[in-house]
This record gives sequence, C-alpha cells and structure tokens, in this order.
Amino acid sequence: MSESLIDTEADLNSRHSPAHPEPLALPEEPLVRIQPSKSWVALNLRDLWSYRELLYFLAWRDVKVRYKQTALGVAWALLQPLLTMLISTLIFGRLGGFGARTGGIPYPIFVFAGLLPWTFFANAITTSGNSLVGSANLITKVYFPRMIIPGAAVAAGLVDFFIAFVLLIGLLLYYQMTLTWNLLLFPVLVFFTALLATGVGMWLSALNVKYRDVRFALPFIVQLWMFVSPVFYPSNLLPDKYRWAFALNPLTGIIEAYRSSLFGRPTDWTALGVSALLTICILVYGSYSFRRMEKTFADIV
Amino acid sequence: MKPIIKVENLAKQYRIGMREAAYGTLREAIVDLAWAPLRRLRNRNGNAANHTIWALKDVSFEVDPGEVVGIIGRNGAGKSTLLKVLSRITEPTRGVVELYGRVASLLEVGTGFHSELTGRENIFLNGAILGMKKAETERKFDEIVAFSEVEKFIDTPVKRYSTGMYLRLAFAVAAHLEPEILIVDEVLAVGDANFQRKCLDKMENVAQQGRTVLFVSHNMPAIVRLCPRVILMKDGSVAMDGNSRKVAAAYLDTGLEMTARREWPIVEEAPGDDTVRLRAVRVRGGDGRVTDALDVRERISVEIEYDVLRPGKRLSGGLIVNNDEGVCAFSSADFYPESIDNQDTSFTGRRVTSCEIPSNLMTEGTFTVSVAVYAIFEGVHTHAQTVDIVGFTVFDPIEGDSARGIYTGPVAGVVHPRLAWTTAPPVSGE
Repeated sequence: MSESLIDTEADLNSRHSPAHPEPLALPEEPLVRIQPSKSWVALNLRDLWSYRELLYFLAWRDVKVRYKQTALGVAWALLQPLLTMLISTLIFGRLGGFGARTGGIPYPIFVFAGLLPWTFFANAITTSGNSLVGSANLITKVYFPRMIIPGAAVAAGLVDFFIAFVLLIGLLLYYQMTLTWNLLLFPVLVFFTALLATGVGMWLSALNVKYRDVRFALPFIVQLWMFVSPVFYPSNLLPDKYRWAFALNPLTGIIEAYRSSLFGRPTDWTALGVSALLTICILVYGSYSFRRMEKTFADIV
Repeated sequence: MKPIIKVENLAKQYRIGMREAAYGTLREAIVDLAWAPLRRLRNRNGNAANHTIWALKDVSFEVDPGEVVGIIGRNGAGKSTLLKVLSRITEPTRGVVELYGRVASLLEVGTGFHSELTGRENIFLNGAILGMKKAETERKFDEIVAFSEVEKFIDTPVKRYSTGMYLRLAFAVAAHLEPEILIVDEVLAVGDANFQRKCLDKMENVAQQGRTVLFVSHNMPAIVRLCPRVILMKDGSVAMDGNSRKVAAAYLDTGLEMTARREWPIVEEAPGDDTVRLRAVRVRGGDGRVTDALDVRERISVEIEYDVLRPGKRLSGGLIVNNDEGVCAFSSADFYPESIDNQDTSFTGRRVTSCEIPSNLMTEGTFTVSVAVYAIFEGVHTHAQTVDIVGFTVFDPIEGDSARGIYTGPVAGVVHPRLAWTTAPPVSGE
C-alpha cells in the first residue's frame, strides 16, 4: 500500500469535529436569497457591477482566441472593411452612381465611415446572438449574471472596431479631409452603437437558447439590415415619402451621425435623437426579455 | 447557532422532455400556439401533472457555519438539482434558500478553460469565472502554480497539456477559492489516485479552516472520511439526515435492487444457444436478500440460473468481476473435478449454480459482473455469455472489523482482502 497508515480512530474523530479557528460572524441579512423570481424581474445592476471583471476577462478571451492559428491575424480586422470598401466603390460608387450623391465626400471614405460602425454592429449581434448557446458549459456549471456573456461578445468587437478606426483616420488624412470639433461626438456614437448591439444581441441570444432557428435567421437578418441602413448610400438618396420608415431603423441616424462627425458636416439631431430613443427602447426591451428567459437557460440550453 | 445555509420547502419542477429535448424550434412554437386553445380544452379533463416531474420535493434543512455535510443518493434522487439550485444555476419552482455567506460552487473543474489559452491565462480566466477578483488571483498566482505542479508549462497553451496536468491546474484554481460556503460535486471522480488524494486532502483543509462545505459524491469512503453529517436524498426529498455512518448504512438498505437482479422471462430472448439459455442472474448478500449494496464484511453470492435444453454436456458456471474503471478484479469458473465429474449429463431443465465471494475480500466501490456458462470437455466451449449484466456496490462502514481495520484513508488495489498478519517476537542473541 502506498498510502501512509496514519489514520487512527482518534484521528478520525478529531477530523469529525473540526476546530473552528475563527468563529464566523454571520450577517443579519442573508447575502443571497434564492427563490422563484416574479414575472417582472429587476435588472440587479449591483450583481452585474460586481462581476464586471468577468466581462473584461470573457471579452479578453474572445479577442485573444479570435485570431489564434490564423495566418493573417489581426490583419483580418483591416482587410474586411478595406476590401468591402474597394468593391463597393467600384460597384456602388462608379457603376451605381452613388459616388456623385455623397455631398462632395470621396466615395471610398464615405463608404468606409459607414462600414466602420456597420461591421462592428453586424459582428457584434452575430457573435453575441450565438454566445449563450456557445457557452452552455458555463451556464450549466457556474452562476454569474448571464448578461455578461452577450455583453462580452459585443465588447470584444470593439477591439476590431478601433483597429479599423485607425485605418479610417489614415484614409481621412490621405484624402485631406479636415478633422473638426464634430469628432467629439464620435465616442458618444460608439457608445450608442455598442448599446444598440447589446440590446439586439441580448434579445437574440436569449431567443437562440430556446429556438435554435435564430442561428439560421441571423445571417439573413444581418444582410437585410445592411441594405436598409445607409452604409453604401447616403440617406438623402431616399425619397422623402419613405424617409420616416427608414428613420425607424436606429442605425440610420447613428451611421449618418458618424459621417457628420468624421467629415465635419452638420449633424441631423432629430434623426440622431430618434435613433438614441429607439436604442434605449431596444436595450430596455432586450434586457427585460433576457431576464425573463434567463431563468430557464440552464434547463434548456 | 444561527445557520449559514437555510433551505425551506425547496421544490423544483421540470417539464418532462425539457431536459431531453433540449430546445424547440420556432415552427413548433407556432404550431403549439395554434393548438393551444384546443389543448387547454383537452387539459381540463386530462392532467398537466403528467408532463412534469418534481426533481425536488419540499426539501428543508439547515447547515451551521463550519459544518461539512455530505449529500448522497442514487442517480435521479435530486442531488444534482439541489446543488444547481444552491449554486443559483437554476431557479427553484417553490421554496426559499438563504445563504449567509459567499458561495463558490465547484460542479466541475476547469469550467471555462479555453484550450487555446496558456496555463497562466486560464488561471485568470477561470478565477474570474469562479468569482475571484483579479487582484486576488494575482496574489495567489504563485501558490496556484505550485499546487498544480505545471510551472514549466505555465506559458504553454493548455491544449498541449496532458489530461493530468490539465486537471491539476484546473483543480488548483478551484482549490484556492476562499468562500465561506463551498459546494462541491463529484470533482474527485476525475484523475488518478494521487490526484484524488490531493483533492481530498485539500478539501479536508478547507473543512478544518472552519468553512462550510457541501459535498456531493458517490465516493462513499470520501464522504464518510470528510463529512460528519450526511443527507440522504431519495426521490427528490431528504430521506435521512444525520451522522454519516448511520446514514451511509441506511443508504445500503435503500438499495434499489435494480442491477442486482437480471431475469429473462422469455427463453427465446435469453442469452445462450440451443443447449443453454440463461434465465436469471442475481447478487445476494450474506443473509440471502437480493441487493446491489453490500457491506464489505458480508459474503456475496452470484447466482446463475439457466435452462439446459439439450442433454449431454458437462456444464460449468463462470464469472468475471470488473471494477468501475473496467479493471478486472478477478474471474472464477466452476472447472473443479468434484462438480464436473459427478454431473448427470442426461439432465434437462432449470438449474441454479452460485458462486460465493468471501467476506472481506472486495474493496469499496462499484463492481459489475459478467457471467457465462461453459462446457468443458476436450477444450472449453462457451454456451451462454453476457457482459456486465449485474452490478453491486461494496461499502465499508469503517467500524474497525473490516479488512481496513481502523484505518480510514484510501486503499490501493482492485480487491482488499483481509489477510493474516503475524509479528514474530524479537529473536534474542542478534
């Protein structure tokens, strides 16, 4: 026998009455109360806040892992918008004639300024939409606020966003655009884009747990959404009659505001206001329905 | 004393099929919606209870600070569901749990480990997932690495680790959690004997530091060793709660007798050929009852009942006993002259042969038994054979009179016979 034969009956007994070196002072109120939640569930922001480091680590993991074992690595974050820019310049800018309707802005940077938030948004809702299902092993084994998972997926996309942003600044200088104070609006826009992506991503990810159809519908939704957003065309190209319908797409106001911020054009505050309002509505609805569905995640994922 | 864990009338209902058919599709939901009014009509006389099961039924108990409580029960008794509710992974349907301390639950080691990340990176990631602050992980980093014994490979992606290294690293992170309440599930079921030992020692440490531990395991010796108090779950309720040895003994008597008995009522479906057909295999305890839970100190008999359809052969029973790791503990067959030579070869009909395994031979654990019926005459011919057909669990209440004596720790070997030890008196003049 390789084990040391040290145990004796006396030893066993002493084990069974462990010494309490420091008597624990228990709090008056329970730290955690587990019970069936009401149908309307509070957001529990305090809980979310105490797990903020996990959000960081999950996003950090996604970033670290994303370009592992790829030949081009982070260059993918540049290649994707760059190639899309080139192709769309050729097709929409030249052949489609959108190039003449951009109000004097060279079409390549016009389209890149739209692609920047769009690529971020599209990737963010795709990855966060699939994030819960992909994290089934976490959900069934450990407790933490589940919103962290789709949230981290969005946050991880920000890295690619900033890499592409640096490229855009280079392009702006190349095309000799003057940067104006409007650029101050830029961080606010990034924040709103991320909020919108979180709202949509949360809702989709929760729905995906229950209905795996979401996974198949997502690429399709993303594609349609791109065409109704002013990525390749300026929104003033649309007939006035239908402008209001396009304004219902929260990305419309946001993408246009990106352009006015980058190119120093006047901002359409009404459109941006509508977008901001819609973003908040989507975020509230997304988190509400997420919390409602969250209860059964571990049982059905 | 004020309890640190208070569980009151806890109940959890699952919809049947919810766990198996993991998810629906949108189409089903739409079709469902269309049928809903109709179904409601039908359900008025039918019962909805048919579609649900209660995994937990009115479970109540309290745990004092510093207590180490084991939870045992058969598969499906509700242990895992209880842990999942206590760990806040799933919500209860009814009832309340109050926790007066920080909880860490270890339902698995290495949750969230990413194979592409290095050992170092995974320590931080896993720490965050288990609820450790970054500063805390940094503080304990060296200790974790030392405990895991993978210093040299700490900057290598864990996908290049061996299973052992991976598990050691994963457990090392978990072992350095400092919650007031620790909930542990079966993590010790993994890894080699050395690793299991290390885990057990660490758990003991945690217990001795005065922290509260809930420990679910099938590893009976571990439970008895670590936990003065044991809760026995049965069919979603607390069947017994108290002194670990008493509860463990009672657990034996609640044997479900599921695997201890196998019968083939239809001869055509029974294993065998046109000479021999197996009809039943049973495991009996020392007192003759059919049971799958046996005290290490009692005799075990394996009974093979078979039909002889054709006369003319001298038949022998045989068996192979494997432990739960698939390692053969021993085999035995009745190839003894006294039973072969006197056999009436004209016999046809039902016959029962049984093999007696002496007391104090087995070690604790779960064993499966394969049986066969052979004809031995100018070589061995197998007439009927069936693999892992019955099983039993051997348990040692550790009362000092078994093969382990008063020793309570883990023992090596697939069997653990009680052997005679003698110590010669010192030889004078040397």
